[in-house]
Order: sequence, then structure tokens, then C-alpha cells
Amino acid sequence: MTDRTAPSALQTGIVQLRDVTEAIRVRIRNPAKLRNLELFLLVIAWVIAGGAMVLVQLGALQRVDLFPLQLAAGLGILTLALHIALRIVAREADAIILPVATVLNGLGIAMIYRIDIAEGVTGWDAASMRQITWTGIALVVAIAAIVVVRNHRVLARYRFLAMAIAIILLVLPLVPGIGRTINGATVWIGIGSIVSLQPGELAKIALAIFFAGYLMTARDSLSVVGRKVLGIRFPRLRDLGPILIVWGMCMLVLVFQRDLGTSMLYFGLFLVMIYVATGRRSWMFIGVGLVALGGIAAYFVLGYVQRRIDAWIHAFDQSVYEAQGGSFQIVQGVFGMAHGGLLGTGLGLGRPDITPYANSDYIIPSLGEELGLAGIFAILGLYLILVSRGVRVGFQGPDDFTKLLAVGLAFAIGLQVFIVVGGVTRLIPLTGLTTPFLAAGGSSLLANWLIVALLLRLSDSVRGRGIA
Amino acid sequence: MTGVEREQSMRRPIRRVSTLLLVMFLGLFGSSTMIQAVQADSLHADPRNTRTLYDSFAVERGSIVVDGVQVALSTPSNDEFEWQREYPMGPLYAPVTGYNTLGQGNTGIEGAMNAELTGSANSQFLDQILATLTGQDPAGSSVELTIDHDAQQAAADALGGREGAVVALDPETGDVLAMYSSPTFDPNAFASHNTAAVTETYNQLLADPEQPLQNRAIAGDLYYPGSVFKLVTVAAALESGRFDMQSEFDNPETLTLPQSTSEVRNASREACGPGEQATLETSLVLSCNIPIAQLGQELGQDALAEQAAAFGYGQPLDIPLDVTPSSYPTGLDEAQTMLTAFGQYDVRVTPLQVAMTTAAIANDGTMMRPNMVDRVLAPNLDVLDDPEPTIQGNPISAETAAALRGAMELGVSEGLASNAAIPGVTVGGKTGTAETGENNEPFNLWFTGYGETDDRSVAVAVVVVPDENIVGDTSNVIAAPIGRAVIEAVLNS
Repeated sequence: MTDRTAPSALQTGIVQLRDVTEAIRVRIRNPAKLRNLELFLLVIAWVIAGGAMVLVQLGALQRVDLFPLQLAAGLGILTLALHIALRIVAREADAIILPVATVLNGLGIAMIYRIDIAEGVTGWDAASMRQITWTGIALVVAIAAIVVVRNHRVLARYRFLAMAIAIILLVLPLVPGIGRTINGATVWIGIGSIVSLQPGELAKIALAIFFAGYLMTARDSLSVVGRKVLGIRFPRLRDLGPILIVWGMCMLVLVFQRDLGTSMLYFGLFLVMIYVATGRRSWMFIGVGLVALGGIAAYFVLGYVQRRIDAWIHAFDQSVYEAQGGSFQIVQGVFGMAHGGLLGTGLGLGRPDITPYANSDYIIPSLGEELGLAGIFAILGLYLILVSRGVRVGFQGPDDFTKLLAVGLAFAIGLQVFIVVGGVTRLIPLTGLTTPFLAAGGSSLLANWLIVALLLRLSDSVRGRGIA
Repeated sequence: MTGVEREQSMRRPIRRVSTLLLVMFLGLFGSSTMIQAVQADSLHADPRNTRTLYDSFAVERGSIVVDGVQVALSTPSNDEFEWQREYPMGPLYAPVTGYNTLGQGNTGIEGAMNAELTGSANSQFLDQILATLTGQDPAGSSVELTIDHDAQQAAADALGGREGAVVALDPETGDVLAMYSSPTFDPNAFASHNTAAVTETYNQLLADPEQPLQNRAIAGDLYYPGSVFKLVTVAAALESGRFDMQSEFDNPETLTLPQSTSEVRNASREACGPGEQATLETSLVLSCNIPIAQLGQELGQDALAEQAAAFGYGQPLDIPLDVTPSSYPTGLDEAQTMLTAFGQYDVRVTPLQVAMTTAAIANDGTMMRPNMVDRVLAPNLDVLDDPEPTIQGNPISAETAAALRGAMELGVSEGLASNAAIPGVTVGGKTGTAETGENNEPFNLWFTGYGETDDRSVAVAVVVVPDENIVGDTSNVIAAPIGRAVIEAVLNS
């Protein structure tokens, strides 16, 4: 095309603006360029992740052996495989999402390995070994998803199947025999004592697909306004059904699984998606009202919610600090971050293992201790980039389903980061959720790499819009 | 709704959601900044922050060195604190080194030189950065003390188990050569990483009626100086220019104090020598109270207070251990002034202050600032600090000093401090017996003096509180030999 348009402009002697922009657009659309950029960024991501793993060992043990290099190589091979898959089946997918996810996953493995060193565990007892294995499983599933789902719009057709899957995944932990209650939350399933999974992590993807599919079809009727109360146009009463159902579902999660974080995540996801679909702020007001209602009820009825609020507001009170289920962990995490200061102690040189769950729920304070405020800003910046790439697909997506799903998935990551990091930094009450890509845990990795696969697939459908 | 409208209508909410996400992340940037930058220092200072504790122990704390021997050192420990503090000579150096605990404070040199020992002193700032950049383990500086091991050992041996304290100074430099306080304690008990056991030890020692944690040489409840204060009174007399060593005073067996029925007697319960009159020299040599009380009356409290202040009374001092200021009372009536002239009533002193007075006399009237730190050595053996001797003041003239030395040497050769004599060495001394209270509490038995050879000199102060009072010349029997032992130890080393 370039060969054709450029001479024509020369022939007429008039350089038309449209021709020039067309030429630039074609250049940027050149798929090889996009994937080459991705590979370039991926190499940087490998260097950062591998460097972190080696520095952890060097810092903590004052020596270097092959193990961190093996971890880095494993991450490199797996993400390279996804990159190659993209070159074949999604050549115009976003070039930034994969490298960012790779850095986060790699930093997570480095910190998990660091805690392994502190706890003196090796082999299959080491959480880092399990994490790299789960990374492998997650990336294989992600590649499979990208290869199998060539046209994501098909997913809209299976929206009710997605809903069913989401509900099954949610209630699984309550099924006697396979459900597990760990740290007070019944959000796990296990077979024997070997594998533990948090199906709720995967349920959020199924829910996002269901919400996107359902809202795509229902957005017109949901947009119809009813009566005006206090200056706000409220939807018709009969349209309130879906939001009440989702709210009820989240309250059940809160009551039966004692999982405040997941409950907040699902409801926030639904609220944002219904708002994006209808553009009606009244949905937000209704949603916030329902959250307030549920929250206040939960505070008075559920003891663990009350303890969480106490541990948030009065974290440094000696009585709260010493109480069972009190603020000991929060305060230790905060001490760890303060210990890191602006620049951190250096990888392998801090004492993140003092804080309980330093490699999962508290991996952000662990990273904050050893990488400092600078490191935390960098990690939050990476999340922000990841989320904004997803939102960008939402802006540019060719159809409602793509837009809704992209915004939903991106917002889910953003909200999850907010709930976790906000919890450990005492911005909001602490609730148990995993930090996407960083925290030790298979289900979380699997779910987040699936989200990455979906976002990549969605972005591939944004044709002709380049990388900007 | 057309497709375009639809798209437009979705773009606005998405933009709003982007803003919401941005606000959420700004909140996270803010909350992490609060913790890691704004509140970091106060979080560090929280007593529950074990990381601060671990940090202080992760540093290889520097040694405290006496005569090339480590009296406090850190050895690798097999626990999470990495280093174990050890005091090989334990109780002997406890008044000097103090102790260093796991987050429950430190005392002595361990406390006063903590910044240097942990390597966090300003003088080590660049070294610390360099060590961080080159990946070396952090290490503190070692502190070499001025203490003379032989003198310290002699002081402890001579004092034995008795309650009291010994200080020895180099009159020419102010170097502290010995500082011992008895009863003492074993600082190793405080170095344990078992904080509960340390707390128990501390509470036990704190409750001990013998107060082993007090460093009697420089702090604690202070002592009544008794007759060793006569050196200050006579110094004031000579400095006034109105008296010399041959000035004479009435020599009765008893003296009734003005506006009072109280009688003053000499310690010997007799007159001061054979004559009707006694000279100042005789009064010092035989340690008579009555002529000195008359002298005090003539000088007045202002002159005495001024001379005491010139010797350092009332001034805080760190050597670098904090020294409790000695005090001369104010607002005295005539009788009280006369009592203070021979160290009774409410004069309170540290043994260090008494030693400083004697050192100034031995050093021709120039008083050097006492100091315990010889050198501070960085881990790479760079000398970070090498304090120069500094002059604290000139409380008396060289002539006054010479006159006092003459009387003190007579005191040893033929007076009440005879047990301090060392053959072949010039020794001057003054004993004192302070009556400390109404209920026949044990007296404070004093000896202060100096010894000189051609190339070395030393000034000492010894105080002993016996278990019970014994009739007789007890300070010469008990305190003077301790002073002699320490003087000998310094001059022989």
C-alpha cells in the first residue's frame, strides 16, 4: 500500500494529509513492529526479573548458584512461548501487557524465593518452586486460551454458561469434603492435602464475561430512566433485579465464606460495568448505598468484620495489637515498609520474614522493605500501566462486548490491587485478597494470566489503532 | 440510538472509570509515602518494631579496648541477632564499659560511645556509605580507653569486697587511669539475648540494697568529703593572699561554734600539735578541724564556694560518661560555713572530683579535663578520633600548688597519711573521715594523693564505706593503702 500511495502523491504533486496519515498508520499496523517491540520489552523484563532473583540470593546468602537462574530461565521460556503464540495468532495484540505482567510475575517469584531463603526451605517445600510451576501451568492455559479463542465475541454467547460456572466456582468451597477453611476464610478447595485452589479467583473472570454479555444485551432497557428522586434519575424498579441478585450473592460470600475482599471485588466489578454500560450515575449511587447497607449490617452482625475495622483504625493500640486476629500483622507489615524507607534495604538484605504471610498477602510490604518506596512506586506504576492498557482497549474496542469486558477485566485488576495494597498500607481496612501476579498462589496466577490472555485477545481486535 | 452515539455514550463513563482508577492509585501512592517517608522515623522508634532491634545487632559492634586487650567485644552468635556481646573481665570493668542490652538501653562507655561502637557516628558517615556500596558487612569502630589495666586491677584487688570507689588520673593529661566502683556487677548478664532474663537481672540488681549498678566513682548518691575538702579550703586561703602555710590559728581542744552549743573537736580528740597556736601546715598534716574551721570563718562561704567552683564543683562533665556535679552548699550561716571548711555539713563530692582537685595540685595548679577515650579506631584501623589533652582550668597558682604539695608530702612522710608512703617515690596525700549522719552510719573513709617519679605521675582518690565504724585512725588504715596500691601500679607499669 505504501508503494502505491506515495508515488500517487508525488505524481499529483500534492501531498495529501490523508495519504501521509494513512502511510503512518500502515507502518504502525505492521504487526512485526508491534511484536518486535514486545520482544524488546520482554528482554528488559527478563533482565529485571532475573536480576532480582540473583540479587535476592546474593543479598541473603552472599553467593550465587544456578537456582535463581533456573527460575529466571523458566519464566523466560514460558513468557517467550506466549510471545511466539501471539506472533502467530494475535499479531496485533497490545505489546506492553505481556512484558509488564512478566516483570510483576518475576518480581513475585524473586520475593517468594527470598522468603524461602529466610525460612530455610528448598525443593518442593519452597514456595518459589511451586510458584514457577504454577506460572508454567498458568501460561500454558493462557496460551491455550489465546489459541482456542480466536474470536472473543463468541464468549458473549456463553454468558449464562459463564454465570453458571461462576456460581459453581463460588459455592465449591462450601461443599463438604473439598472445601477448606484457611485463615478463617472458606474460599479454598483441596483434593487431599496436595493441591489447594481458590476458585473465587477464577470466578471473577467468568463473572466479568457474564456481566459483559448480559449488560451488552440489557444496556438499552437498563438505561431507561424512571422517577427522579433528589435530583437523580433512578432506573425503573423492575430493572433493579440484576443488581440486587449480584449484591445478594456478594453478601452470601461475605457471610458464608467470610471473605470481605472477594465480596468487595465482585460488587465493585459489577457496579463499574453496569455504569459503563448505561452511563447512568444513579446505578453508582444505588450500588454505594447497597454497599453501605451491607457494610453496616456486616459490621454489627459479623464479628470478624468488626475486628477488621478495629485493626484498621486502632492498629497501634496495644490491646488491638495483642488481640487474637488483631493488628499484629498489619503493624509488622507497616514496620517492614518503614524499615525499607525510600530506597529499601536491598534485595535479600531486609527482614520481611518477620511479618506473617510475607510471600502472599504481605508480599507488597516485603517488596516495600527491600526495594523501598521507589520500588513500591515502580510496582504500582506497572499495575497502572497494565490497567490503563486494558482501559485503552475499552476506549477503542470495536463493539460493546469487547469494551465492557476489557474495562471490566482491567478494573478488576485495578480494584484488586487497591484492596490489597490499600489494606496493607492502612488506606482501607485489610481484607484477604491476593496481589495480582506477585503473591504466592496458583489460582491467583492462573486467573491473572487468563485475564492477560483475554486482554491480549481483545486488544488484537482493536484494528488499525496502533500502539499509542 | 445510533452506533456512533452509543460509542460516544460509553466513552464518557470509561473516562470516568479511568479517573476513578487513577484516584485509587494516587491513594496508594499517598498511603505508601506516608509509611515509608513521612512516618518512617516514628515507626522506627516504636518499641514494638523488632526490625530496629535486629538492625542494631546486625552491626558488628566495635570492641572496647584497654591496654590492647578487648574488655568488651562482639563474637558471632548462632541466633538471629548475629552477634553476642561479651565482657571477658566482667565485673572488673563493669563501671567503665557499662553494659549493652538487646533494646533495653546501655550504660557506661557502651552508652556514651554507642554511635561510634555501632558505626553510626557522623565521623563514620562516609565509611558507612562506602561499606554499603562495596557490600561489606556493617561494623562499628573500636574504642581504646585511657584506663591502665594494672591500676584498674590494683584498685579492685585493694578495695576487695568493701563498698567504695577508686579513681586514678594522669595529672598532666587528664587521662582516667582507673575507675572502679564496688560492689559491681557482671555485664555479661545484660548481654543475653533472652530479654526476659535480662529484665529480671536488672530488676534484681536495682532492688539490691548495695546498689551494684551505681558507678560510685562518678555518680550515685555522692559522698561527704570530710577532711579531703581541707585541700580546697587551704587552697582558697593561699589564693586569697591573706594566708600562707605558716599562718597560725588558735589551738584549743574544743571549739564552740558561734550562735550554737555544738562543739568542734579534732579527730584526735586533742589539740593540734603541742603549741598554743597551730599553723595551716600542721593542720593539714595532722588533719585538725579546729584551725581549719577558724580559717573557714575568716574566709567566708563565698571564698570557699568560689574556690570549689574553680576546682569544678557544680559543673556537669562528660568524660564521656556523665559525671554528677559535686556541690558546695549555699545560704550558710557562720557555723555551717565553719563545718564545710573541713568537709562536714552539706558538701557532696564524687571521688572523681576529689581526684581532679589533687591532680590540679600535682600539676602545678593546672587542672586537665578528665577523659577516658584514648582513640577511636575504624574497622579499617583508621584513627577517627584521638582526643588531645585539654585544660579544664587553672583553679590555683603554681605557688599555691607547691605549698599544698609540701603539706601533703609531709602528711605522708610524718602525718596522718603515712600508709600511702612508697619508698623511692614522692608521694603526697590527704586522708579524710566524713561523719555522714546522726545515727552512727558508717563514715566515708577517704584518701586522696599523688605519686611522682621522674617520668610519670598519678593522682588518686579512694573512698571506702566500711560495714561499721571502728574506733581509730581508719582512713589511714583502710583507704590510704588502697591509694598506695593504685599509685604503685601506675608508676610500675
